[in-house]
Amino acid sequence: MSDNIIEFTGVSKRYPTHTAVDDLNLSIRKGEIFGLLGPNGAGKSTTILMMLGLTEPTSGRVTVCGFDSTRNPIEVKRRTGYLPEEVGFYDDYTGLENLTYTAKLNGFNDRDAKSRAEELLARVGLTEASGKKAGKYSRGMRQRLGLADVLIKEPEVIILDEPTLGIDPKGVDELLTLIRKLSHEDGLTVLLSSHHLHQVQEICDRVGLFVKGKLLAEGTISSLSQDLFSNQPYLIEAGISVSAAHVAERIYKMLGEVNGVLSVNRNAGFFEVGCSRDASADIARIIVESGADLRHLQKKEYGLDDIYNHYFKEKIESV
Amino acid sequence: MNAETTMEEPLTGTEKVETKESSSSGKASYTRNVNPFWVIVRKEISDHVTSWRFNILVILLALTCLGSLYTAITSIGTGAKANEPDDAFLFLKLFTVTDGTLPSFTVFISFLGPLLGIALGFDAINSEHNRGTLSRLMAQPIHRDYVINAKALAALFVISVMFFALCFLVMGIGIIRTGIPPTPEEFLRIVCFILISICYVAFWLNLSIFFSVRFRQPATAALCGISVWIFFTVFYGMIVNVIAKVSAPTLMASESEVIRYKQFIQNLLRLVPSQLFSDATTTLLMPSVRSLGPLTMEQVIGAVPSPLPLGQSLLLVWPQVTGLVAATLLCFALSYVSFMRREIRPR
Repeated sequence: MSDNIIEFTGVSKRYPTHTAVDDLNLSIRKGEIFGLLGPNGAGKSTTILMMLGLTEPTSGRVTVCGFDSTRNPIEVKRRTGYLPEEVGFYDDYTGLENLTYTAKLNGFNDRDAKSRAEELLARVGLTEASGKKAGKYSRGMRQRLGLADVLIKEPEVIILDEPTLGIDPKGVDELLTLIRKLSHEDGLTVLLSSHHLHQVQEICDRVGLFVKGKLLAEGTISSLSQDLFSNQPYLIEAGISVSAAHVAERIYKMLGEVNGVLSVNRNAGFFEVGCSRDASADIARIIVESGADLRHLQKKEYGLDDIYNHYFKEKIESV
Repeated sequence: MNAETTMEEPLTGTEKVETKESSSSGKASYTRNVNPFWVIVRKEISDHVTSWRFNILVILLALTCLGSLYTAITSIGTGAKANEPDDAFLFLKLFTVTDGTLPSFTVFISFLGPLLGIALGFDAINSEHNRGTLSRLMAQPIHRDYVINAKALAALFVISVMFFALCFLVMGIGIIRTGIPPTPEEFLRIVCFILISICYVAFWLNLSIFFSVRFRQPATAALCGISVWIFFTVFYGMIVNVIAKVSAPTLMASESEVIRYKQFIQNLLRLVPSQLFSDATTTLLMPSVRSLGPLTMEQVIGAVPSPLPLGQSLLLVWPQVTGLVAATLLCFALSYVSFMRREIRPR
């Protein structure tokens, strides 16, 4: 229990027209990187706002670092850094001035605020740009400045709302590496929301899937995929080229008889074999012996995409 | 929280004056942490002082002041008549007398004051929201009302400093040019006038802050503020005229009816802040004004045409001042409530 730094118990948020968050129960452990995933409008941002006490839950309770977010938002905000979705800075202030202001708001005196701001600018690699007006910063630079802004209060938890939105792939890489590095160095708990699955997949210890205000699943990516695809945890794709149609037909039949193979899908130029064990060696042998050319053999792992799609299919079916 | 605020209080006086320099020069002399509220106030003040908008308004106000002062000085000699009760207060005439080429100082203030108030407040909250800085600000460990309180206070502080500076400048030039020093009573009357002017501008400031909370676009908020101002300065008078014509008593009406009618029209006019302001300032700056309503002959007969003492003048304008302060507080309360209720979402 004491390990849980963020805790939601039965949290709901209803607006007159719709329910943004519906009976959310979730705990996040100290030091982990948690990804809040879901399509736009799934209630991720509302969840984050409730954690910071910026909006009140209709029912339920949120605690961060042991403080109630609704009753005691100041204490929560003292320990939590929040990077909003589209972070804004005072455009006619320099990066350094923007950070210094935040530091002062967090109770640093003038001198400490400046040195702390400089230190953080160095950490996120913006030292050369520190004297530049924030309005002239590029998107990636703003996001890094935002990260520095979040870290300046020496938080225990940082919350990043869509941190990778609108940055080029290289910038995303850099930012995520930075987040992971910071999390490891300082033992920070990171909560990040995103709808970019691949990016999140790389750095998250655990993820929670959000759809229409409901938390559909949570856990590590491998545990989620195991849960979901327990019937056929292995998917092997074999690319072949055959001279005659009957060869392909024979291979198709033989593959179905291999021990552990649960399903075979025949597509133009390749087979998709779902099996309960790693049957790639058998599959390769069958193809080669039957006289066809084996172009490639690939073991596919289930990623967030598949998990996501799976849940959506279920969701749509259930509706 | 409270302990912190009281601890900071003695500091605030000096901090406010420093405003800008303190951030850059890095005042190492005190290591005490400043309450976040005063951090915001300091930033807002320095933003105002360095903004083009405010500086243009200051220049505009200063020029008009000097213009009206010039006409006042040139006409003060010819205007003074020996047996007028106001003559004892020659110095006050610097603020009210004019030869007709330019309006007097008080008229200028009543005209440009609203503009100043609207200009300082119309983008207080919404521009912060549009830039995306509001949610970042709100994520810092500060109370939500710090933001709106600090904004109102900073603008009020800037206005106060400006008015005191401007009026003292007018006084100073007046002393040099006319050679008449103000009496203590005149000085007090002028200070009261400045305070009322600040109240008057504060009303418009808070009105425009209210609009800035209500409307997402700063342009909408500014237009709303300006249209309220124009409505009150131009159209309201016309509407009252129409009402006055329609409800005018007949020639046969009794005296009490006429008085009631006059009072009704006057009360209608007094719904306008600028009317309250001009009532209050004329009474304060022209000690001979002894009533703001109609006077009957019985009341006037036997009255010695002497100026009122300051206490009596203040008593006379007390309702006006209360009305102005009440309107100001009402506007602030409205913006406070609607700001506190709002959900702070990122852009």
